[in-house]
Amino acid sequence: MALLEFRNVSKRFGKLLAVDNVSFSVDSGEFFTFLGPSGCGKTTLLRMLAGFDAPDAGDILLDDRSLAGVPPEKRPLHTVFQNYALFPHLTVEGNISFPLEMAGRPKAEIRTRVAETLALVHLEEKGHAFPHELSGGQKQRVALARGLVNRPRLLLLDEPLGALDAKLREEMQIELIALQRNVGVTFIFVTHAQQEALALSHRIAVMNRGRIMQLDEPDKIYGFPLNRFVADFIGKINLLDVDVLAVDADVLTLSAQGLGTLTTPRVDGANVGDHGCLALRPEQLRLAADHEAGDLGIHFPGKVHDLLYEGDVTIYRVALENGATLEAMIANSAPGRPRFFEVGDSVVLGWRPDAGRYLHD
Amino acid sequence: MTRRRAPGTPRSERVVKWVVSLPPALFLVVFFLVPSLIMVLASFRLPGEFGGLMPLRAADGSLDLSLDTYRFLFGDWIYGEILLKSLLVAGLTTALCLLLAYPLALLIALSPRRHRDFMVLLVVLPFAANFLIRIYAWILLLGPANVLYSPFAVIIGMVYVHLPFMILPLYTNLEKHDATLLEAAQDLGAPRWTRFWRVTWPLSLSGVWSGTALVFIPVLGMFAIPELLGGTGDILIGNLIKEQFLDNRDWPLGSSLSLMLTVMVLLLAGSAVLAGRRRRTLAKGAK
Repeated sequence: MALLEFRNVSKRFGKLLAVDNVSFSVDSGEFFTFLGPSGCGKTTLLRMLAGFDAPDAGDILLDDRSLAGVPPEKRPLHTVFQNYALFPHLTVEGNISFPLEMAGRPKAEIRTRVAETLALVHLEEKGHAFPHELSGGQKQRVALARGLVNRPRLLLLDEPLGALDAKLREEMQIELIALQRNVGVTFIFVTHAQQEALALSHRIAVMNRGRIMQLDEPDKIYGFPLNRFVADFIGKINLLDVDVLAVDADVLTLSAQGLGTLTTPRVDGANVGDHGCLALRPEQLRLAADHEAGDLGIHFPGKVHDLLYEGDVTIYRVALENGATLEAMIANSAPGRPRFFEVGDSVVLGWRPDAGRYLHD
Repeated sequence: MTRRRAPGTPRSERVVKWVVSLPPALFLVVFFLVPSLIMVLASFRLPGEFGGLMPLRAADGSLDLSLDTYRFLFGDWIYGEILLKSLLVAGLTTALCLLLAYPLALLIALSPRRHRDFMVLLVVLPFAANFLIRIYAWILLLGPANVLYSPFAVIIGMVYVHLPFMILPLYTNLEKHDATLLEAAQDLGAPRWTRFWRVTWPLSLSGVWSGTALVFIPVLGMFAIPELLGGTGDILIGNLIKEQFLDNRDWPLGSSLSLMLTVMVLLLAGSAVLAGRRRRTLAKGAK
């Protein structure tokens, strides 16, 4: 049985259709993420779930009961706000005990629960500190503790890592995964950072313009994007314009203008004559000097147009003969050699036949 | 968060601080501290026969100071009674102002931004008319209602005149509140009134204190309103002081009375500050 279910939920703000007929369900114990650019409707979904906005159409069910008409304070879920929204006049302990006091728990229970939760987020020393005395990461932990202490059915997290610097964010990601596994509370996470979504989630709903573009596990979202938007939004991707020439049992034969024909694994719904694109991840492309193209699989000659040296990898932008430019990410794996190619080198760009993915327009 | 300063700047910064704070400091010394000291001295001198003070040095050249005024002041319970009554009126006025001003300030703070300035303008608009004219207007209003020259009329006048001084600091405070804190409280299970008492009210306390100071202290020394709207029994410490200087011509008594008033205000303000600090340390130390 699903813990949470959205049934055909829509929400309109004036002329803007913020959420457009969205349906999905979340299981108990899941780490579920809404991922999308700003304005895609993910925050609106979260606010409807928390009860701050009401859907115009459709229904939200928690434990098979509709949440319609239930005010935010009566919903068995808590939110970790983007700027934490810690009460500045209360100590860390005061903040964390707030939801327990609201729930009318006895004093002794509040004391033990607050102490347990402080330990859970490694803030035992900071119980008497006020929010303004804490660092960003510590505030983040207090906000998490406050959201979790009353054991909600769901914890909603609205871009909670957005205000942290890169290094701290990575640490908090690891902690967040451990924390969620520890407490077993279902997390509904909202972010525009794709790396964060991929790293944290059990499942991701990629959103654009109020609709779910794809809902799947992180590796499926990354490896098998369903459409151009998902492919483009998640990670870096090369898109090569192609036409479908033939459809066989497992392969599609495609023609790329100016390059000739090539094959790719078959995807459902592709028909002969369709126009679309072939999506190729930069890390799946390989480069070779033009005389040793032997084992590259599908390959085309090109020229290194420019490159971006990033230390561990180098991004080569290779211009093919038909004018298309593809990015290849090559690990700088040879000791003593900063990179393999220079700008202007003639190279052969190739990929394994099972690497690309055809996306219908 | 402290920003690291480039070396060498602290000295010039200190100079700037001095230069900037010198004029107001000088002003306060000349127009507050020195007059206060003159008043302290005056309270120990003897009243002149036709007002003013007797010469500081007697005919034989000795300093002519005495404790007579204070003996008289503390020997008569009436002065204590009037001071207590003044505190009561000031307290009641402050409480009523707070009660009326808080909802209004909250309403303005929650209004759309483009309406707020206009509403604040409406709050301060009465200042455009002369204070005495506004009080006389109340005579016209209260006379027919048969409540003129009563404690009730005095309180009405006091509240009316001082209300903006409560509204403005409250509004300035409430306007800065972060609305997501209320959403967070609601999300964590707090119903409407609990949200107010647990979030809005404690966060507005600094505004409440400023408003209280801005109303309580002037009301304590006010003499025009009791004189115009109150009856014979409604005189307050302010009237008493004024009488000593203008009618009784007993400057030493007037000086000692206003000294009492100043000491009283300082004591109240000091204990309020101490209480606030104590509450904060208690909150911090509570296990």
